Amino acid sequence: MSNQVHVDEVTGTATTGHEWDGIRELNTPLPRWWLYTIYATIIWGIGYIAYYPALPLIDGATKGMSGWNARSEVVEELSKLRAQRGPMNDKLAKTPLADVKKDSELLAFASAQGSAAFATNCAPCHGAGGQGAKGYPNLHADRWIWGGKLEDIQQTITHGIRWDSDSKTRSGVMPSFGRDKILNEDQISQVADYVLSFTNRADKSANLASGKKVYEENCAACHGDAGKGNRDLGAPNLTTQVWLYGGTKADIVERVRLGGGGVMPSWSERLDTTTIKALTVYVHGFGGGEN
Amino acid sequence: MQTATLPQKKMTPAEMSLIVIFLALAAFCTLIWARAWEPAYGFHAALFVVGSLASAFAIFARFEQRDAEPAPQEIDGKPNYNIGPIKFASIAAVVWGVAGFLVGLIAALQLAYPVLNFDLPWIAFGRLRPLHTSAVIFAFGGNVLLATSFYVVQRTSRARLAGDLSPWFVVLGYNFFIIIAGTGYLLGITQSKEYAEPEWYADLWLTVVWVTYLLVFLATLWKRKEPHIYVANWFYLAFILTIAVLHLGNNAAVPVSIYSSKSYIVWSGVQDAMVQWWYGHNAVGFFLTAGFLAIMYYFIPKRAERPVYSYRLSIVHFWALIFLYIWAGPHHLHYTALPDWAQTLGMVFSIVLWMPSWGGMINGLMTLSGAWDKLRTDPVLRMMVVSVAFYGMSTFEGPLMSIKAVNSLSHYTDWTIGHVHSGALGWVGFVSFGALYCLVPWLWNRKGLWSLRLVNWHFWLSTIGIVFYITAMWVAGIMQGLMWRAYTKLGFLEFSFVETTDAMHPMYVIRAFGGLLFVAGSLIMAYNIYKTIASPSAGEVPEKALAREGVLAPAQ
Repeated sequence: MSNQVHVDEVTGTATTGHEWDGIRELNTPLPRWWLYTIYATIIWGIGYIAYYPALPLIDGATKGMSGWNARSEVVEELSKLRAQRGPMNDKLAKTPLADVKKDSELLAFASAQGSAAFATNCAPCHGAGGQGAKGYPNLHADRWIWGGKLEDIQQTITHGIRWDSDSKTRSGVMPSFGRDKILNEDQISQVADYVLSFTNRADKSANLASGKKVYEENCAACHGDAGKGNRDLGAPNLTTQVWLYGGTKADIVERVRLGGGGVMPSWSERLDTTTIKALTVYVHGFGGGEN
Repeated sequence: MQTATLPQKKMTPAEMSLIVIFLALAAFCTLIWARAWEPAYGFHAALFVVGSLASAFAIFARFEQRDAEPAPQEIDGKPNYNIGPIKFASIAAVVWGVAGFLVGLIAALQLAYPVLNFDLPWIAFGRLRPLHTSAVIFAFGGNVLLATSFYVVQRTSRARLAGDLSPWFVVLGYNFFIIIAGTGYLLGITQSKEYAEPEWYADLWLTVVWVTYLLVFLATLWKRKEPHIYVANWFYLAFILTIAVLHLGNNAAVPVSIYSSKSYIVWSGVQDAMVQWWYGHNAVGFFLTAGFLAIMYYFIPKRAERPVYSYRLSIVHFWALIFLYIWAGPHHLHYTALPDWAQTLGMVFSIVLWMPSWGGMINGLMTLSGAWDKLRTDPVLRMMVVSVAFYGMSTFEGPLMSIKAVNSLSHYTDWTIGHVHSGALGWVGFVSFGALYCLVPWLWNRKGLWSLRLVNWHFWLSTIGIVFYITAMWVAGIMQGLMWRAYTKLGFLEFSFVETTDAMHPMYVIRAFGGLLFVAGSLIMAYNIYKTIASPSAGEVPEKALAREGVLAPAQ
């Protein structure tokens, strides 16, 4: 390294005189625009700190000239939203469930609110359009496990299904006939054939007489002699084409083996009664609602 | 031919004590292996046993083969540089890089097509994501930093790397940490802190390795033959020192038992969040920025054969950068339980940070003055210059996104992912590729790279890949942010979360395509570097720029 000042030929700028592994450094001054922009950001920063809460003190922090705080902003935005929904929301809260449909303007509002609440809270299980999936009921069909009248739907949403922390939740569990060894594999196969016969799908070689006997002794108490189901117990109708867990023989055999049933949260723990009312109207309006 | 005048070969105290320490560690880890509460932890203990025994054996085998005298500091008056550990870290960087990019591509495809999770826990997105981020940042980036810092500090200090076994301990110990971290993620071991997922025992190991790294670096600087410390070494030192502090602060955890991988962090609630993002943001600031600026400050002037643009700018922007970066973390916690005052300060420091960050860009780009013509002929230099341009773009975007009003739209969306990748792929990736392309021919004493044409292919594939990636994430992120805040006239949310993910699907596919191009580029690099090392006589140098011969006036 040399201490003689070396001038770079290309730029005409002097170097600092040092050299490391062949690398020199030019003695170029700081670019002015760069320096002034730093100063500008610092001045802006001081102003911003003065205007907003910024400096921690022993007990709390400076409040800033604006007095702004995030909490008040949220409260303000929420109250604006409430004001926007306000009159219609109050009307929906006061109107009896059955009368909502009679007022087309109120019905539109309830549907809009129900649609938003459904997309956020219900769609993850029941699908974006309420079409359901295996284990999650289709809400368009007019086959309801727990009832499809307005008040049935409201009850289901409010208290959930098999939701233990809600004492009014809908309950009723199908025994695990196979796992708990109530029925043997032959009996399960026979009763599945018999259930298929409700929809005329039983195999010709099936022993329906034995299946019928197993059915009457184990299943009829909840699902009924003719397989029409029982909404009070949440026992599905077995005579339709709508199958919650699939309608093939293998699906039915698996259900009889495992029993159990799906779980739906008690939404009163999370949503207010007006939102649940709107959801009820919205779901009822999918097309399967009963009067 | 042994003569009496030759000194008797004796083990150094360092060799002897390290063998003892490794044997003791092996015995201790065998005990833990036998009594481990979880199989995955037992597996890690077993890895420690194998690693310790291998180390003890390697030290002994090295002793058997080495000369009686330690390696000389100088040969014929020239420094006897230690390049073995640098070679290892360079190859490790290429291998981890390709692996990390590939895992990133798989993760991107899983986001576009969730079926690719195959319902297997080990390769589910939740485990591959930290595997990807750690592989690219710490395995790829970390090895590039180890290799270049050990190279640069020797060359610019005209001194052999301090220590005999310690540089090897740093490089091998660091890569052992990577293996523990990576296998841990796949087996489900994590402390769930972003970019700091490894559990307490891996953190302890890394602490030992990192402190050794700091000591090797400092001791090499201490015995330098140059009167001044070169700017690249300031940046390396800031990086090594700050990462040590961040690592200790953010990983303050109490293990449930010495026989369990599980630990609990001592910070709680919003304090934990603040410590986490103080760490997280400065991992960006000191690992991915300061460390790679050090690379830029050596490799760009070296490759361009031009002096650094401004010494004064390098001093001012260095101190401004390290002073300001450390305060900017709260911008990751805008509109959360973090007190308003901390959010305000985080935003202010982020915005004042804009120009200090750009100081590095100015110094990188303007160093090219007088050598712009080389961009036409030298794809390696072009790669590094484009990396500086990406650095400038990301360090403008960062302060922009730290503004609370902007952040309320961008936070939690894929805009953040796009921002991170313009920095990670464009800046960190490209400057690393450029440095590796320079370093490999120097280390293996080749005339040049095996093929500059392939560097060109790597450059263009990756650049186009990055453009696809970033633009897709900008569109996806801003769309997502706007959909989240859309209200209907009646005052209800217009879209559900599911609808936003559905709308982003095409962008996710484009992002994966961009990632595919980037992976393809990295495979070309790996092949080119392999051929460079494997063919001693080959090697291309960029054709002499015309300006050098005085035919054209230099572009300025």
